[in-house]
Amino acid sequence: MEISFYLVQLLNGIQYGFLLFLVASGLTLLFGIMGIINLAHGSFYMIGAYLAYWLSGMTGSLWLGILLGLPLALLLGYAVERFAISFLYRRDHLYQVLLTFALILIFNELQRILWGNNVHGVPIPEVLAGSIPLTENQVYPIYRLFISAACIVIAAAMYWVIQKTRLGMMIRAGSSNREMVQALGINVNRLFAIVFSLGVALAAFAGMLAAPVDSVYPGMGENILIISFVVVVIGGTGSIKGAFVGAMLIGLVSTFGKVMLPEMASMSVYAMMAVILLWRPQGLFGRAV
Amino acid sequence: MSNEEKKGITRRDLIKGTAATAGLAAASLFVPPRFAIGAQAKVKVGFLLPYTGTYAKLGTFCRDALKLRLAEAGNKLGGREIEFIDVDSEANPAKAPELTNRLIKRDKVDFLIGPVHSGVGMVMVKMARGDQGPITVVTNAGADQLTGSLCAPNIFRTSFSSYQMGYPGGPVMLEDGHKRVALVYWNYGFGKEVAAGFKKSFLAGGGTLVKEIPTPFPEVDFQAYLTELAALKPDAIYTFYAGGGAAKFVKDFAAAGLKDSIKLYGAGFLTEGVLEAQGAAAEGVRTVLHYADTLDIPENHKFRAAFKKATGQEADVYAVQGYDAGELILRGMEAVKGDTGARAEMIRAMETAEIASPRGKLRFSPSHNPIHDVYLREVVKGENRVVRVAVKDQDDPAEGCSM
Repeated sequence: MEISFYLVQLLNGIQYGFLLFLVASGLTLLFGIMGIINLAHGSFYMIGAYLAYWLSGMTGSLWLGILLGLPLALLLGYAVERFAISFLYRRDHLYQVLLTFALILIFNELQRILWGNNVHGVPIPEVLAGSIPLTENQVYPIYRLFISAACIVIAAAMYWVIQKTRLGMMIRAGSSNREMVQALGINVNRLFAIVFSLGVALAAFAGMLAAPVDSVYPGMGENILIISFVVVVIGGTGSIKGAFVGAMLIGLVSTFGKVMLPEMASMSVYAMMAVILLWRPQGLFGRAV
Repeated sequence: MSNEEKKGITRRDLIKGTAATAGLAAASLFVPPRFAIGAQAKVKVGFLLPYTGTYAKLGTFCRDALKLRLAEAGNKLGGREIEFIDVDSEANPAKAPELTNRLIKRDKVDFLIGPVHSGVGMVMVKMARGDQGPITVVTNAGADQLTGSLCAPNIFRTSFSSYQMGYPGGPVMLEDGHKRVALVYWNYGFGKEVAAGFKKSFLAGGGTLVKEIPTPFPEVDFQAYLTELAALKPDAIYTFYAGGGAAKFVKDFAAAGLKDSIKLYGAGFLTEGVLEAQGAAAEGVRTVLHYADTLDIPENHKFRAAFKKATGQEADVYAVQGYDAGELILRGMEAVKGDTGARAEMIRAMETAEIASPRGKLRFSPSHNPIHDVYLREVVKGENRVVRVAVKDQDDPAEGCSM
């Protein structure tokens, strides 16, 4: 294999890593900062994809679809937080697992009722539909590069919000010591509602962006959920930086694992997770447990 | 208390006696239908199909098509009313033992129909085969063993065996002039069997297998493999993917610009039910299947119109398989005039049935697997057009079956 083959695989791995990061960032935000185990994260990803399919079908444009879908996702996140999650903050993680698992089942059924069982496609917007030639017979779709670019922007924006704004400061404080923050007069309930909505919107946005390349079908949330959890666990819960590194690692290991060790391809990611956890149980950038 | 023993019949005795009498009366009502003269009891048809999850559409279509066939026959099997029992398999083999048990032991179904997933099918057939089990018609699961090592007189299949999905690919690709071929498929039971069938005929016909690429199931991230294929530069590739995976593979294949340099072939599911999602990426893709939506025979046109009228949706191969299962059990029940006790006669009628199916002529092998024509289809303007018959009367070797 020539060097160009490995370079293209590197590109594949990085691009996959970016997409994983986009999905997993919302998850780590919720778990690390709010202490919520959100099993329904994959369902929000699926809802985002279906919203993109439905709205872009109605309006004829993916951009409009995303623009209209994001507020809907925020609203959904707020509603779920207010009417379900908020009751369980002080309870054991097991209750959150049960509740969010129930949400998975509910959303799956809702999706079936609203949009049916078919597999759907979302067309890529014209301006991004081209490809860049990489080797003499392989081209790279511009849309995938666009997804990577969008992920970089989101990552930078999240970093800036969490580290450099007052909201980010409140979030970080609220996650370390909720009572103290409340004593200081900050409305922690409203804060957590905002954070949850943002986490849900992130997952939905990832689904919307990925819909043209992923196709939209029932059960699409489950696949992405497992790998998102692996990203969060490897990177350390609560650390956006960790989620980024974890996602990149998984993207690269998964891609190269497939071509170098095809028999063990599906195992390579989990084997890596086991090794990392043995070495650092809290994940690469997580707080010590 | 000692006082009570002096009384003749205590209240306790009275209650016990009444309960016993009531119990006896209730028990006497449970006369098995086959002994009831005139066969007034309803025939129980149980479905073990996925109604939720990625295969939800397949399960629903199969059931709806079977019900359509029975409705066309006046909703009577051998003159008896029918009771349908639906069980959602969720395409989950882990739940299959409990669900199959429920249908066979608790609901005591006369006919067991399903499933979609081969893993569920293995469990279901293992539990249903035998003289005590219901007449079972497998309507999709393609695992070779279902009519191979697990074959039994009461097990029928109206769908296909994975061998029948892979084998026709070989002659087709050789006839089209492709000698250097790569094989790409989902690496699980069914995918492996399809690949084995393909390899057998392709290699025997003198083709060269450039590389065999099994991809982890159910993952749908194919970029790495597409890059590998681009580097290998085969003439064509034969693939097996279904559902969401098929939609993604075909789209990713086209997006990587490989469509022009490498011809894409596949087992029929690559372009079944997913053409809308695939869009222009599917144009020119050739697949082998025992059915095509555009098959130009009167039975197919009639069936498609009836299915559209009944469900509002366009039929596909999964519906056809359910429809044929309905025809099969109708033939069986007609031969015995509704007496489900006359098993041997019913089975003989079913195994010798020659059905004018929407897919063409359908009859059964000694192992109760379908013998049907396999077509080569090409996607033209968003639909699968039949190019030619790939293999006539495609059979299955039924390895391990002693019938």
